[in-house]
Amino acid sequence: MEYTILILLLPFLSFILLGLLGTRLKPSVAGAAGTIVTGAVAILCYWTAFSYFGAGRDASGVFPTLIPWNTVWLPFGGSLHIDLGILLDPISVMMLIVISTVSLMVHIYSFGYMKGERGFQRYYAFLSLFTMSMLGLVLATNIFQMYIFWELVGVSSYLLIGFYYTKKEAVAASKKAFIVTRFADLGFLIGILIYGFYTGTFSFTPDAPALGAAKALLPLALGLMFIGGAGKSAMFPLHIWLPDAMEGPTPVSALIHAATMVVAGVYLVARMFPLFIGYAPEVLHITAYVGAFTALYAAVVACVQSDIKRVLAFSTISQIGFMIVALGVCTSADPHEGGLGYMASMFHLFTHAMFKALLFLGAGCIIHAVHSNEMSAMGGLRKYMPVTHITFLVACLAIAGIWPLSGFFSKDEILAACFRFSPVMGGIMTFIAGLTAFYMFRLYYCIFWGNENKELHAEHRPHEAPYSMTIPLIFLAAVTLFAGWIPFGEFVSSNGQAYHIHIDWTVAGISLCVAAAGIALATWMYLREDRTVADGLAVRFSGLHKAAYHRFYIDEIYQFITHRIIFACISTPVAWFDRHVVDGFMNLLALVTNKVSWLIKGIQSGNVQRYSIWVLGGALGIAIVLLLI
Amino acid sequence: MDYSGIFTYMYSEIALIGVIVAALLYDLAAGEKGRRFFHHAVCVLMLLFIAGTVVPYHKETAGIFGGMYIYSPVGSIVKSILAIGTLIVFLQAEPWLRREDTRFKRGEFYVLVLSTLLGMDFMISAGHFMMFFLGLELASVPMACLVAFDKYKGNSAEAGAKYILSALFASGLMLYGISFLYGTTGTLYFEDMPAGLTGSPLQILSLVFFFVGLGFKLSLVPFHLWTADTYQGAPTAVTSYLSVISKGAAAFALMVILVKVFAPMTEYWQLMLYIVIVLSITVANIFAIRQKNLKRFLAFSSISQAGYIMLAVISGTPYGMTSLIFYVLVYMAANLAAFGVIGTIEQHTHGKVSMDDYNGLYSTNPKLAVTMTLALFSLAGIPPFAGFFSKFFIFAAAFEEGFHVLVFIALINTVISLYYYLLVVKAMFINRNDSPVATFRSDGSTRLGLVLCLAGVLALGIVSSIFDGINLYAFGM
Repeated sequence: MEYTILILLLPFLSFILLGLLGTRLKPSVAGAAGTIVTGAVAILCYWTAFSYFGAGRDASGVFPTLIPWNTVWLPFGGSLHIDLGILLDPISVMMLIVISTVSLMVHIYSFGYMKGERGFQRYYAFLSLFTMSMLGLVLATNIFQMYIFWELVGVSSYLLIGFYYTKKEAVAASKKAFIVTRFADLGFLIGILIYGFYTGTFSFTPDAPALGAAKALLPLALGLMFIGGAGKSAMFPLHIWLPDAMEGPTPVSALIHAATMVVAGVYLVARMFPLFIGYAPEVLHITAYVGAFTALYAAVVACVQSDIKRVLAFSTISQIGFMIVALGVCTSADPHEGGLGYMASMFHLFTHAMFKALLFLGAGCIIHAVHSNEMSAMGGLRKYMPVTHITFLVACLAIAGIWPLSGFFSKDEILAACFRFSPVMGGIMTFIAGLTAFYMFRLYYCIFWGNENKELHAEHRPHEAPYSMTIPLIFLAAVTLFAGWIPFGEFVSSNGQAYHIHIDWTVAGISLCVAAAGIALATWMYLREDRTVADGLAVRFSGLHKAAYHRFYIDEIYQFITHRIIFACISTPVAWFDRHVVDGFMNLLALVTNKVSWLIKGIQSGNVQRYSIWVLGGALGIAIVLLLI
Repeated sequence: MDYSGIFTYMYSEIALIGVIVAALLYDLAAGEKGRRFFHHAVCVLMLLFIAGTVVPYHKETAGIFGGMYIYSPVGSIVKSILAIGTLIVFLQAEPWLRREDTRFKRGEFYVLVLSTLLGMDFMISAGHFMMFFLGLELASVPMACLVAFDKYKGNSAEAGAKYILSALFASGLMLYGISFLYGTTGTLYFEDMPAGLTGSPLQILSLVFFFVGLGFKLSLVPFHLWTADTYQGAPTAVTSYLSVISKGAAAFALMVILVKVFAPMTEYWQLMLYIVIVLSITVANIFAIRQKNLKRFLAFSSISQAGYIMLAVISGTPYGMTSLIFYVLVYMAANLAAFGVIGTIEQHTHGKVSMDDYNGLYSTNPKLAVTMTLALFSLAGIPPFAGFFSKFFIFAAAFEEGFHVLVFIALINTVISLYYYLLVVKAMFINRNDSPVATFRSDGSTRLGLVLCLAGVLALGIVSSIFDGINLYAFGM
């Protein structure tokens, strides 16, 4: 399967080409080139998946891990070396499908959404760069290669968030995203170095003696790696960059900040899962608590936001929390014995990528139509935008976990895994699932029903989006409708053995009831034109409402810590030392160099006889020094 | 005597002689029409030559002519690198050679350059001091002709005279040193020499005098004074050849001789190099910051670069040898790119080489300005360009052998060098100019040369297999 290298090379070439030619290409040509390349990559990914899963299981009943291509890039001596290569196993192949599908949809969608924007070519170049980096991340054969692409993904995310670089908020948001995730990546890097130093390899699967030697430090290394993952996957308290990242173009939010990049942290934990389970189960459970808290926090905040992209952003954070929880509640590698969460997490990653991309793309159509992100500019849009309305509703039902949409199946497995871990965890996660249904339908009603902003709509009549935008919506909605029926456990499970999904109807029944209650509450509060109930609640619990609206002041706490403590107490003295002592030394160096230069410039006289005297004198001088010693 | 080894081990030199003879015959026989393709013919010949010899044929070291000539795989690698550099120089020399006043003697240019290359190849593979000296002279004498190639220009003629006089003086001292060596040891074979070396005062004197000859070629302080005048006066293509190819060969030969022949006197030559490195890097930097003429400026830059190369020599280890070759390769890419830009601008503006002329270059010729910037960044050793990696390896090689203070001094000097390299960048990007260099499109040959150099600057550091490949052979040093 050597052709898999093309999966990385094609988008890379497309990036180089679009980046170098830039505005010399017509926008439509640049867009078409990027889209065609992504289409080819998608076909390659599907073919890879087809032939990989088609080849069947090996004698021990698992899908074999293939490395069709590998090269030693940087040897350090000993067993330690950094490789660059391609690794195929069930989860990386599953991710190939997710990334290439969503990326292709976003490429097509952007034709309509970004039409006429300045920097259209640059936009497509960055999309190609992102696609290449993300595919490289999931295909990495070792943790260091993963880190390299991890950072590349971060860079492309930075470039795309700051795409409207003349807008102040976009610049600030891109910086924030980059700094926060870089800060988390520091933990990741230290974790990698500890791991590499003590096991003597960067491989995902070191041999037993190496692991035995590193046993004491593995929990630390894995914990630090999780910090990196938490940064990328916006886990509390490192989530602050994701809502701001919505300043980027909406299709970018769909691709990077909903479907692919933000689940890199989940993928990382899944990738290291055998080590987590074997050597650091307690760290794994800590991740579960972090994920659960994040899921709850983000769901509460999502209930009161007024910017539709922010609601979706917090919903993403909350859903990623679900995936992390599912991984974290695993207690063994056997899916029948407490390893169910692994499969559930990957399943939810898959389904969530599809319906969340759909939600963002739908939001993009709405923003395109009313030129605002605020709910106050919307309401009653169902009349104007039928396709967007129906597909958005499908996605809302899916994320709320209504049978028979895809979200029901994956969320049900997560809840089942949580209940097996502890009833408390199961109860909390079920409650959050209810909250999810509530805030998603609040969003849905506020956009498509409720109080229409007639003034605005009269001035500028909303209209359905062009085909280039609605076709991806319809495609993703179809996937969302049917993806739940994929026998996911047959492909991906914690120990690689086939796992037959059977729905636990007690859990499913509870979660369905809770979801229905959430939807009903939202319907009661937001369907009608007047919202006396909702407004009344907001007034009665104004403290809580205000706190949630301001995201519980986490950003302000960060501001305080960075400005008042770090900048004032650490950075200012260090800056003084740098300015006066370090620069002073450099200035002294410059001064001395300058003076000496004046003094000795006479040597270079241009007189060749003098030159010879210097040569002879120099030679004799050296000889005398050597003789004296 | 068995001569069968000539063709098996001396294949590179024999092929090069073939190229020289072919160029000579072409020059004689081709008519007015055929001469138009002289450039292409020579470049294709060089390409074939490089393709045929780039990978060493033999994995073992072997001596022929009773040990006068020694084949080594690592030497073969160096020869290939030099040949590639020569090809790039040919590419960049094309617009200059096509001019009215040089067109008729372009054949001489090729033959002279290739002759010096042949001399360097023999110098690299010498196994005997006389062989070595012959190679050195074969590399020096045609070089003087090249420096004075524009002989009706005062600058060029003066540069040629200064070069040949300085070269003669250095060669004289070197021969004097070699005669002492013969007198005290009774042999001139590299192989037999170490047994007779004891570190007696006369031998120390001969070591220093011998070193003068190569120190001159490498333009190390205090044997560097000819450099600036010659670099400034010589045609730019010749200057770039002189600054890279000639230095690379000399640095390699010096390391081999010091490590192999002067092994019993290691402490002496290490001290000698210590002094010379500190002087070269520091003095060259001090002079470089004052220069207004870019060719003079790069002359001093190349002196300090030679000082850095000596850091690899002083380590005396196989790792140092790898770093040296890698450094030469990277330095070649960057320096040829810089000289390529200077040369093409000089051609299109009738001789503008002052730093002030480069003010505002970015606004009119952005690609050239960016190429120059990347080349200078690489020379200064800024990551992620190749120069950073090559400097890193050199420093590591010297550091591992315990030269901590020396490496520290070299590090401080890289900071100073950054200042003057950035002066040029500042001129191109920031300084205003009412009459900047007009926008022009350089010819295909120059551009090909520049692209090759740029590819080197960008890729050599990242593609680790190159360093590893060299390393594989260097352990056979």
